[in-house]
Amino acid sequence: MSTLTTSRPTTVDDAASADPGFLADTWNVMVRELKPMLREPATVIIAMVQPLVFLALFSPLLPDDFAGDGSALQWFVPGIICMTALMGASMTGSNLMQEIMTGSHERLLVSPLSRSALLVGRALKEVVPMLLQAVIILAVVTPFSFDLHPVGVLLGAAVLALFSVGVGALSFALAIVAKDQDWLFWTLQQTLIFPVLLLAGVLLPLDGAPGWLSFLSDLNPLTYVVEAERALFAGSFPGDTVGYGFLGAALVAVVGLSVGLKAMRTSS
Amino acid sequence: MTQQPVIRTRDLTKTFTRHKQTVDAVRGLDLEVADGELVAFLGPNGAGKSTTLRMLTTLIAPTSGTAEVAGHDVVTEQRAVRRALGYVGQGNAAGHTQRGVDELVSQARAHGMSRTASRTRAEELLAAFDLTEHAERPVSTLSGGQRRRLDVAIGLVHSPRILFLDEPSTGLDPQNRVNLQEQVMRLNRELGTTILLTTHYLEEADAIADRVVVIDHGVVIADDTATRLKSGLGDLVSLGFGSVAEAAAAAVRAERLAGATVEVTGSDVAVRVAHGRDLAAGLVADLAGAGTPVRRIEVVGATLDAVFLHLTGRSLRESNETTMTTTLDTEGAAA
Repeated sequence: MSTLTTSRPTTVDDAASADPGFLADTWNVMVRELKPMLREPATVIIAMVQPLVFLALFSPLLPDDFAGDGSALQWFVPGIICMTALMGASMTGSNLMQEIMTGSHERLLVSPLSRSALLVGRALKEVVPMLLQAVIILAVVTPFSFDLHPVGVLLGAAVLALFSVGVGALSFALAIVAKDQDWLFWTLQQTLIFPVLLLAGVLLPLDGAPGWLSFLSDLNPLTYVVEAERALFAGSFPGDTVGYGFLGAALVAVVGLSVGLKAMRTSS
Repeated sequence: MTQQPVIRTRDLTKTFTRHKQTVDAVRGLDLEVADGELVAFLGPNGAGKSTTLRMLTTLIAPTSGTAEVAGHDVVTEQRAVRRALGYVGQGNAAGHTQRGVDELVSQARAHGMSRTASRTRAEELLAAFDLTEHAERPVSTLSGGQRRRLDVAIGLVHSPRILFLDEPSTGLDPQNRVNLQEQVMRLNRELGTTILLTTHYLEEADAIADRVVVIDHGVVIADDTATRLKSGLGDLVSLGFGSVAEAAAAAVRAERLAGATVEVTGSDVAVRVAHGRDLAAGLVADLAGAGTPVRRIEVVGATLDAVFLHLTGRSLRESNETTMTTTLDTEGAAA
């Protein structure tokens, strides 16, 4: 190893190293999170395996007329995109869990980065894989009986971005609580994710559901997100449906970020 | 070296509660480290070394007592403390899915350095730690030694005045361990960086530290230079005699040596005395003149292990093995 004395010239004094502030810190954390994905783009596919299986093996079973007007695919794809967003964002805590176990999370906690930047930067990063996955799914289905409505899709992506940030933050909170017990993280993640998906009517419409089931479905924020996505992806903009979708996603974002921040503050 | 303390703790205490049991990990620790010192925190696993370091680096809050690093309180001025210190924990500073160079740049940015300054600094450190050609590889593919060097490099990004190293050489092969120790000593000598490192390697504390703070069960039990700790204990002169009677007579004479502790076992006499290596030849001649000729002799210079044994009644090596289970509990609670 060569000498370290060469490292003196760029020594930062207090004046040169101004406090970067929350936005710069958040950006730093987000870029750091995105780097491995940009270098290894295949990792984006991991969260897509299950949704693509459903798309290929489940959607052909849907009768073309069951969702009123429009093709079965038109009805099914927005749900599958929501499913992909939920899968990806809910698994993201596993990356943090790995960093907790190997030590890099501890290094970040001792750095001057604020706890809020550490959480928000990580959560915002979830938007990027979500968008990439949505683009891939749309590219796959558009040649079939699916009509692409760009404006609706963009608005839908905004709703999903909020939703993904919230779910991602919750996943980080779970990772911090689980610490080095992967089984706890995965058990909870897997146990929660399927009821949330099914109760939101992602795979089948809940129109004829018994009262208790539709009651639970009404409590599920994803229900409103999925309904808004279906409307928007079909190129229609009903104010109440879209509004409730935004509200549902925003609620998940606010709850997720506050729970996540609380967890990040206790993280050591 | 100025006498201004850059690390100061007052009655620092940390208590963990686990499975309804209270563990006193650190008990009323008072410690002052002056600017430019290189201090080794020595003790068996579970002694409270890491817990103390985690309090000093703002990772966990003390149960009671206070600590200041670079003049800032570790509870009320966390951000100032974090900006001032460099920290190399027990784990890897770099994320395993990341590239080394990216982690260095991100850490420099976190410390408020400009984009260009961050890049330059990253390249300097990669070169200084012989990592330039591995800079673009995923951290998970680096060897243990390369990863550890990267950890230290990340800790040094902002050229901290105070550096904390938590068991820096654990898991390294002897070659890498020596290299790392040399880097640490150079950092202290050439840049005047204050360094506090924890270790359970006696050789390491002995080889590199100006000052050794021995900690056991959460309290400081000795605090001095390695040389003085060892000379305080004295060398061990073991003598063998022709008979039990001769040994008993010799023991009486040997006790006249100032500060000597003498122990008789059958026809053997063990004399623990400061500068025993210098006194041994004279002692042998004296005993021969007194009619109790020495038949066998062995002189062992004091080691830090002997110092530890003397202070705690246990060997440090044994302690490290036997306390493994309790350690898992306390350190687990600390994590």
